[in-house]
Amino acid sequence: MTLSDLHVAAPELILAGSALLLLMWGAFQGRSNFAYGAAAVLALVAAAFAAALGVQGRIFSGGLIADDLSAFAKVFIYGFSALAIPLGERWLMRRGDCKFEFNVLIILAALGMGMMVSAGDLIALYIGIELQSLALYVLAAFRRDDAKASEAGLKYFVLGALSSGLLLYGSSLIYGFAGSTQFPVIAEAVSQGAGGGVLFGLVFLICGIAFKVSAAPFHMWTPDVYEGAPTPVVGFFAAAPKLAAMVLLARVLSEGFGTALEQWRQVIVAIALISIFVGAFAGLAQRNLKRLWAYSSIANIGYALLGLAAGGELGVQSMLLFMVLYMVDVTGFFACLCALQRDGKPMETIDDMAGLIKERPALALAMTAFALSALGLPPFAGFWAKYYVFKAAIGGGLTVAAVLGLVGSVVAAFYYLRLIKVMWFDPAVGSTERPPFEARSIAVAAALFSFPAVLVALVWLDPLAKAAAAVLG
Amino acid sequence: MTGILSLITYSPLLGVLAILVVRGLARPGVNTDAAVRWIALATTLATFALSVLMLSSFDNSASGFQFMEDFAAFSGLHYRMGVDGISVLFVVLTAFLMPLCIAASWKTIENRVGEYMIAFLVLEVLVIGVFTALDLILFYVFFEFSLVPMFLIIGIWGGQRRIYAAFKFFLYTLLGSVLMLAAVLGMIGIAGTSSIPELMTYKFDPMLQTWLWLAFFASFAVKMPMWPVHTWLPDAHVEAPTAGSVILAGILLKLGGYGFMRFSLPMFPQASELWAPLVFGLSAIAIIYTSLVAFRQTDIKKLIAYSSVAHMGFVTMGIFSGNVQGEQGALFQMISHGVISGALFLCVGVVYDRMHTREIAFYGGLTQRMPWYAAVFLLFTMGNVGLPGTSGFVGEILTLTGTYQVSTWTALLATTGVILSAVYALSLYRRVMFGELSNPALAGIKDLNWREVAIFAPLILSTLYLGVYPASIFNITEASVQALVSAYQAAIGG
Repeated sequence: MTLSDLHVAAPELILAGSALLLLMWGAFQGRSNFAYGAAAVLALVAAAFAAALGVQGRIFSGGLIADDLSAFAKVFIYGFSALAIPLGERWLMRRGDCKFEFNVLIILAALGMGMMVSAGDLIALYIGIELQSLALYVLAAFRRDDAKASEAGLKYFVLGALSSGLLLYGSSLIYGFAGSTQFPVIAEAVSQGAGGGVLFGLVFLICGIAFKVSAAPFHMWTPDVYEGAPTPVVGFFAAAPKLAAMVLLARVLSEGFGTALEQWRQVIVAIALISIFVGAFAGLAQRNLKRLWAYSSIANIGYALLGLAAGGELGVQSMLLFMVLYMVDVTGFFACLCALQRDGKPMETIDDMAGLIKERPALALAMTAFALSALGLPPFAGFWAKYYVFKAAIGGGLTVAAVLGLVGSVVAAFYYLRLIKVMWFDPAVGSTERPPFEARSIAVAAALFSFPAVLVALVWLDPLAKAAAAVLG
Repeated sequence: MTGILSLITYSPLLGVLAILVVRGLARPGVNTDAAVRWIALATTLATFALSVLMLSSFDNSASGFQFMEDFAAFSGLHYRMGVDGISVLFVVLTAFLMPLCIAASWKTIENRVGEYMIAFLVLEVLVIGVFTALDLILFYVFFEFSLVPMFLIIGIWGGQRRIYAAFKFFLYTLLGSVLMLAAVLGMIGIAGTSSIPELMTYKFDPMLQTWLWLAFFASFAVKMPMWPVHTWLPDAHVEAPTAGSVILAGILLKLGGYGFMRFSLPMFPQASELWAPLVFGLSAIAIIYTSLVAFRQTDIKKLIAYSSVAHMGFVTMGIFSGNVQGEQGALFQMISHGVISGALFLCVGVVYDRMHTREIAFYGGLTQRMPWYAAVFLLFTMGNVGLPGTSGFVGEILTLTGTYQVSTWTALLATTGVILSAVYALSLYRRVMFGELSNPALAGIKDLNWREVAIFAPLILSTLYLGVYPASIFNITEASVQALVSAYQAAIGG
C-alpha cells in the first residue's frame, strides 16, 4: 500500500473532502445559497468523472474495488445525487425550510453508495450501507416540524436498524464459517464446501439488502416513508440507493457466492416474485401517488432481482440496464410531483391529477410517459428495461418465473392506466400553480429520455453495461 | 424504392407536427379545429397515395420480402422493414380507411379535435408499422403501443361506459401480449436472431413450438378476437366513436389474423397442425354462437360487433387449414371485412349522428325518409351476408373450400354460419329500414349529405370491384401464399 494507491479511491476522497469542506463553509455561512448548491453539484460531478476516468484496482487489501462495474454504477449514482440537489434545495427553499446540511447529507449518502458498489469485503459493505442509510434517515425526516416526515424518518430508522442487525448477523456467520470477510476467500470456502453455515449467513445478508432495496417481504417501511418524506428526497432515495444496493448484491452473490448459484437463486427468485405481486396487488388500493409509486418501486425491484437471478454476465447486465432506466423514470416522476401544486398544497393523490392534460399538458404528458414506461409498454424506457430482464431470465432458464412476472405487470397496468385515465378523461378541478423551472425541466428531460432518447442511449449503454457485468462474469 | 416503407409508416407524423405547429402558433381564442381537420385529411390522403405508389411498384411474382430496410440497433436488434404479398395489402387497407375515418369524424368530434386527430395519425403510424416491421421486437413495439391511442380514443371520445370499455380493451389485449413477449424473448434467445425472415426458416424443436404457439395464440386470439376471449370487442365497439369502431373492426382485428399468418403458421408449423383442431373448434363455435348472439342484440353497433367475431371465425379457420384456398380466402376475407364492417359502422354512425341512439327499436321505416341511405346500407348488409357479387362472398367460399379439405365437419358447421349471418343481418335491415315510420322523432330525418356520400363511394366501389374481380387481390397475394403453404406442407410432411 503506497500513497499512489489512493488514486483508486479518488471519487470517495473527493466526496469525503468536499463534504467536510461544505460542512465548514455552511457552518460559517449559516444557510444555503446558489453558490453553495453549485459547489455541492460540482463535487458530485467531479466524483463521477473521477470514477469514470480514474485508475482501477483493489486497495485496502481488497476492501475497496474500482473496476468497470463500480465505475458504471458510480457515474449514475453521483449523477442522480447531483440532480437531487437543485430539485430538493429549491423545493425546501420554497417552504422556507432549507438548511445547508441538505447538500452535505446528499454527498455523504452518495459517498456511502459509492463505497457500497466498490465494497470488496464484508466490512466495507457494512460501512458503505450504514453511511448511506444514516444520511437517508436524516433526509427522510429533514422537515422536522412536519409530523409525517418525522414519523417517516423514525420508522425508516428503526426498521433500518433492524435490517442492519440482520446484515451484521449474516456477515458474522459468513465470517465464522468461511474464515474471512473478503469475497474471493469466501468464494473459495464455498467452493470447497463450507456448508450450511455460510449459506445461512448469506440468507441473512440477502434479507438485510432486500430491506434496503425495499423488496417484499421486507418492504413494509416503503409506503410510509415515501408518503411522509419530502417529495424530492423520495425521488432521490427511490433511485440511486437502489442501484447501489443492487450492484452490491450482485457483487456479493457473484464474487462471494458464484459457485452457490443454485442455492441463492431460489431465494432471489422467491423474493422477486413476491415483490412483483405485492407491488402489483397492493398498489391497486392506493390513492396517494407517493404510496402508489412506493408499491410500483417494490414491483420494479422484483424485476431487477429477477434479472439478477438469471445469473451470469447477461443477468447482471440486464439488472444494471433495468436499474438505470428505472432511475430516470422514477426521478422524472417525482420531479413532476415536486412541480405540481394547487392552492399552496402539493398534489399528491390520484384525484388531484384530474384533467391535468388541459392545464399542464407538458407535465401531464411527462407523467403519462412515466406511467406507460412503468407499465412496461414499448417503446418507452421501461419496456427496454423489462426486455433485458426477461430476456436474461428466460435465457437463464427461469421461464416460469418470467411468465409470472409478466402477468404481474398486467395487474399493475391497472393502476398506471388509472392515473392516465384521471389525467386524460376526467374534467379539470381547479388551477394549478406555475411549476418551478428546475422541477419541470428535470421532468421533461426525463420524459424525453424515456422516449425517444432511450433508443439512442441504449446503443451506448448496452456495451457499457456489458463491460461492467463482465467484471463479475 | 428502398425507404418507401419507412416513409409511408412515418408520414402521418408530419401531420402531427403540422397540427402541433398550427395550434402552437394560433393566437389565443382562435379556433384551429378546421385547419386541424384539413391537415389530418391531407396527411392521410398523402399516406394513401404513397401506399398506392408502393403497391404499383410491388413485384407480384416474387414471394419474398420487398422494399427491405435494415439498420443495426442495440443488443443485436435491428430496425428491419419489408412487405410481402401477405402484408402489403394491409398497409394499403390501413391507408385507405384512415382518410375515411377522418372524414367521418368531421362534424361529430367537436371537443379536443387536435388530440383526436393526433391520436388517429399516431394510430396509423403504429398499425402500418405492425404490418411492415420485420424484426420481432420492432413488431412488438408497434403492436403493443397501438393500444395507447385506441385507449385514448375510446376513453376520451367514447360513449357512456367508455372508461370501462377502454380498460377492458387495454387489459385484455395486454395480458395476451405479455405472453407473446415471453415467447418472443425465448425465440430470440434460442434462435439468436430477431429477424422475422430468418425465424421463418428456423426450425424450432416441436415440443418447444407447442409452447411458443400457445403464447402467440394467446395474443392473437384476443386481438382477433376468437371465442371465448371476444367479450372485450362488443364493449369497445359500442363505446368507441364511429371512426374508432371503423379502425377497430377494419384494421386492428386484422392484426390477429396477420399474426397467425406471419408467425404461427410459418414459424411453428408442427404446432399449428397439432392445434388446428382447437382452432377449428373455436372458429365453428364463434361462427355459430356469435351469430346467434348477434341476432338477439338490441343495439345496432353491438350486433355488427358480434357479426365481426363470426366473420373472423372464417378467417382463423381458413388460416389453419394450411392450404392455398384457405390462406387466400382468409386474406381476402380480412381485406373484404375491413371494407364492409368499416362501412357498416359508418352506416350506424350516420343515423347515430342524427338521432343519438343505436337502439334498433327506436328506428323503423327509414326507407321512406332516407332512400339513398337505405340503398347503401342494403349493399353492405348483403356484403356482410356474403352475397355473390360482393366481396363478402369470395372470402367465405374460399375459406370453406379450404377447410373442407382438412376438416369436413368444421366446414359443415361453419356453412350454417352463412345462413345465420343472413338471419341476423336481414332481420336488422328489416327492423331498421322497413315497416311503418311510426316513431315521430324520425319524421324529419335527413338523407345522406355530400360528405357522407363521398365517404361511402370508395367503400361501395371497392366492395363491388373486389366482389366481381377478386383476382385483383389474389394476383398480389398468390406468390407469398404459395410459398407459405408449400413451406408449411413440407414442414408437416404433407
